Amino acid sequence: MEAARDGAAPEVARDGAAPEVARDLGIYVHVPFCAVRCGYCDFNTYAPGEAAGATREGYVEAALAEMAMAWGTMHGDGRPARTVFFGGGTPTMLDPAALAALLAGVRATWGLADDAEVTTEANPDSVTPESLATLAEAGFTRVSLGMQSAVPHVLATLDRTHEPANVARAVEGARAAGLAVSLDLIYGTPGESLADWRTSLETAIALGPDHVSAYALVIEPGTRMGGQLRRGEIAATDPDTQADMYELADTLLSEAGYSWYEVSNWARTPADACRHNVAYWHSQDWWGVGPGAHSYLGPGPDGTGARRWWNVKHPRAYAARLAAGESPAAEVEPLSAEDLALEAVMLRLRLADGIPRSLVEGRSEQIARLVGDGLLDGRDALAGTLRLTRRGRLLADLAVRALAF
Amino acid sequence: MSADPRIEPASTQPELIRNFCIIAHIDHGKSTLADRMLQLTGVVEARQMKAQYLDRMDIERERGITIKSQAVRMPWESDGTPHALNMIDTPGHVDFTYEVSRSLAACEGAVLLVDAAQGIEAQTLANLYLAMENELEIIPVLNKIDLPAADPERYAKELAQLVGCQPEDVMRVSGKTGEGVAELLDRIVRDIPAPVGDADAATRAMIFDSVYDTYRGVVTYVRVVDGKLSPRERIEMMSTGASHDLLEIGVISPEPVITKGLGVGEVGYLITGVKDVRQSRVGDTVTAARRPAQESLGGYEDPKPMVYSGLYPIDGSDYPVLRDALDKLKLNDAALIYEPETSAALGFGFRVGFLGLLHLEIVRERLEREFDLALISTAPNVIYEVTMEDGTQHVVTNPSEFPGGKIGEVREPMVRSTIIAPSEYIGAIMELCQSKRGNLISMDYLSEERVEMRYTLPLAEIVFDFFDQLKSRTRGYASLDYDVEGDQAAALVKVDILLQGDPVDAFSAIVHKDAAYSYGVMMTAKLKELIPRQQFEVPIQAAVGSRIIARETIRAIRKDVLAKCYGGDISRKRKLLEKQKEGKKRMKNIGSVEVPQEAFIAALNTSEPAEKSDKKK
Repeated sequence: MEAARDGAAPEVARDGAAPEVARDLGIYVHVPFCAVRCGYCDFNTYAPGEAAGATREGYVEAALAEMAMAWGTMHGDGRPARTVFFGGGTPTMLDPAALAALLAGVRATWGLADDAEVTTEANPDSVTPESLATLAEAGFTRVSLGMQSAVPHVLATLDRTHEPANVARAVEGARAAGLAVSLDLIYGTPGESLADWRTSLETAIALGPDHVSAYALVIEPGTRMGGQLRRGEIAATDPDTQADMYELADTLLSEAGYSWYEVSNWARTPADACRHNVAYWHSQDWWGVGPGAHSYLGPGPDGTGARRWWNVKHPRAYAARLAAGESPAAEVEPLSAEDLALEAVMLRLRLADGIPRSLVEGRSEQIARLVGDGLLDGRDALAGTLRLTRRGRLLADLAVRALAF
Repeated sequence: MSADPRIEPASTQPELIRNFCIIAHIDHGKSTLADRMLQLTGVVEARQMKAQYLDRMDIERERGITIKSQAVRMPWESDGTPHALNMIDTPGHVDFTYEVSRSLAACEGAVLLVDAAQGIEAQTLANLYLAMENELEIIPVLNKIDLPAADPERYAKELAQLVGCQPEDVMRVSGKTGEGVAELLDRIVRDIPAPVGDADAATRAMIFDSVYDTYRGVVTYVRVVDGKLSPRERIEMMSTGASHDLLEIGVISPEPVITKGLGVGEVGYLITGVKDVRQSRVGDTVTAARRPAQESLGGYEDPKPMVYSGLYPIDGSDYPVLRDALDKLKLNDAALIYEPETSAALGFGFRVGFLGLLHLEIVRERLEREFDLALISTAPNVIYEVTMEDGTQHVVTNPSEFPGGKIGEVREPMVRSTIIAPSEYIGAIMELCQSKRGNLISMDYLSEERVEMRYTLPLAEIVFDFFDQLKSRTRGYASLDYDVEGDQAAALVKVDILLQGDPVDAFSAIVHKDAAYSYGVMMTAKLKELIPRQQFEVPIQAAVGSRIIARETIRAIRKDVLAKCYGGDISRKRKLLEKQKEGKKRMKNIGSVEVPQEAFIAALNTSEPAEKSDKKK
């Protein structure tokens, strides 16, 4: 790891004219603000009063300044952004005009592809039909709503403050504005039963979203729930129950016409998949703007120069760096060919498209064993593609280990 | 060392010599008292004083116990006459009973040192018996009288009763403050008999210790009984007939001081240039080659290991390091024996024989500390003699050697144990000893509140977790001593532990048939906790022969995937994978089951060897 405090942005592009880069470019904008911090959250976000100086003032200016700096670093290689994703935090804590200004910044810096996908995450409570219409007008195409659950006691355990009914209103508002809709769900919350989970899934399906993400709750140490778990105030959900919940999600979503395209993601049609996220799993380039955001630029034509870096976390430190004309990068991680090969297996195996057999050298015995144990689809493997079965999706990390070492 | 020619080494008359040792329990302050004596007699300046000068090894200092004895010569003027006092330090632990007995044989008297706040402990009692059998003059002393908790009245009575004197004859000292120490030195001169020997007879000196020194080779500590040892003469070891040239002879005061020899009754050291303590064994008699003695002093015994354990490097590539380390330790430890051994579960290692559990623990600690080795030690095992129905015999030091087929008889070593505890714990102790197949021989009250119980017990029960249990059932108040004595036939069986039907040799154990079930249940349950879930169900079984006596099942893992893997998660996740890849190197495959090395360590190490807690009363 090298420190990147020398004032220059991480040097990634090669000298001379902008090279032809075959990879797509995506832009991620991190908005590190929330109304309240949820008990399970370990993201880089700040609720009012949580950390001195982490206010929204100056955030937009700083983010725009980073964009300008990014363009210089990339030597303006001419690629427009094919996808933009506003995540957080709660991006909709910013008013729609601010989000529109940031998107305008992206457009002014890199340009937007004609068919660009532009998503923002949103809390069902922090959007209105008007704000959604404003976003659509500014160029947003998609909204991902943090529904999490339809069951009040589950939402309460998660510290989610929204009214379950607000989700339907938000979906309706997004539709009316012409935005594609994704719903985020969480399963395995302490105290959540399989029946509770079924209720949440059925409620989500009834809202007719274009896309559903379902994530098993991970309770990290250092979060409020981590503390409750340590003190024995809550009990972690048995991983076998989580597996049952995953299978129920896959069953109900499949029956409703959704197809899985990544371990935790289902789409109504292939076109409804989140292209921005798919780009991560295919190791495309992305620039992460904002405090704590990660960026990745792949290798040059000679196969070297790939690196990932991440910005300083605190909004004030981030703004101060940019105000001083310095790169906000905290650390840069150069990536070797071996690192990239491992990441390719680790990321692409999560996808329904699977990975070409050629991506893993040798490993015939391991592949045969994964097929025999029902983790990889046997017919696909014979045809040259390694694709996870449903059982395999639940054991994807185990499969990656078997293939990678 | 001394200006007075009357106590010059090699020419001191036996009448001016006093040879004594200090018998004390761990932590009763022997080293502190010894330090104070060194200071008072002027052989160590206060500013040079390293706390507890005599305990040289780090482990000894940390554990507060003495492993190797040494002898220090101190001048002391009493009633206007200079005397040479030789203080012979003795190991205080039952594992080293033989070494204790040789140290005692080098003395005419013993200071019985007891903590005035704690009273006598079982091991001290055992050594006191040894001293009285050797007809040593005993000087009873209560130490730590400066402590607020000291109860000298009560313990003086106890000691007086044991030694057969009046309570007022029991001396009271404080090694810490120095109170009473000068009086004790005077009392040593007054009460302990001077050595007796024939200066004109053929030379005979008894080896009571033998220590390997990196720079000097083996340093041998002797007590001259008859004749004289002189520099540069040729000496002979009477048990082997091997002869060596005396390169150096001297006394310790407390640094080595070269002398013109050692005469009757004197105590000192010899250096001959040999590199292995086996060539200069404790208990052997040294004589002069020019005029060898006809008869040895007697009492020599070969060290006999009582407990065996497998020692394996956690990192298999450390095997050569372990071999070299054992070879080096052997130079300084005549009782250490070992041979290579292979375990399907643990790889290459050594089967090592020890005098007892403390010896095991010390060797293991030295290997880890001095040679930077990370080791797994298998459960300690005693020596069983198995006779088959067809009359063939097997000696079993490892459960894997336990024969299958028709067994006629299994014999196991027994110990005679002494337990001293407050009388309120009699019931708890009886219950424990009964559950460990013990037989009560006798019970005596040392005082109104303290009782001494004697049991015969199988050694195998003692080496398991007896001491821990004794301590916990008596809130730490009981003390234990034991001596191996005889053997008995017993209904012993081998319990195997199977993972997916494959036996895991490291977990096999020889236990009494009544305990087989509980061992099986305990070990299968423990392994179920320790072995991570696999892709498939893994049965863990305990079996005696082909009969399954306990079973647990590790459920197949169903979910092993991180739900979220987006831009900000990728580096962290790749690093986790790289770490897991490293971890895989520490996995052992038992059949198709991957078992982390840590699981073996945890399963084998959960019961702490008994003496580990011994230093804490």
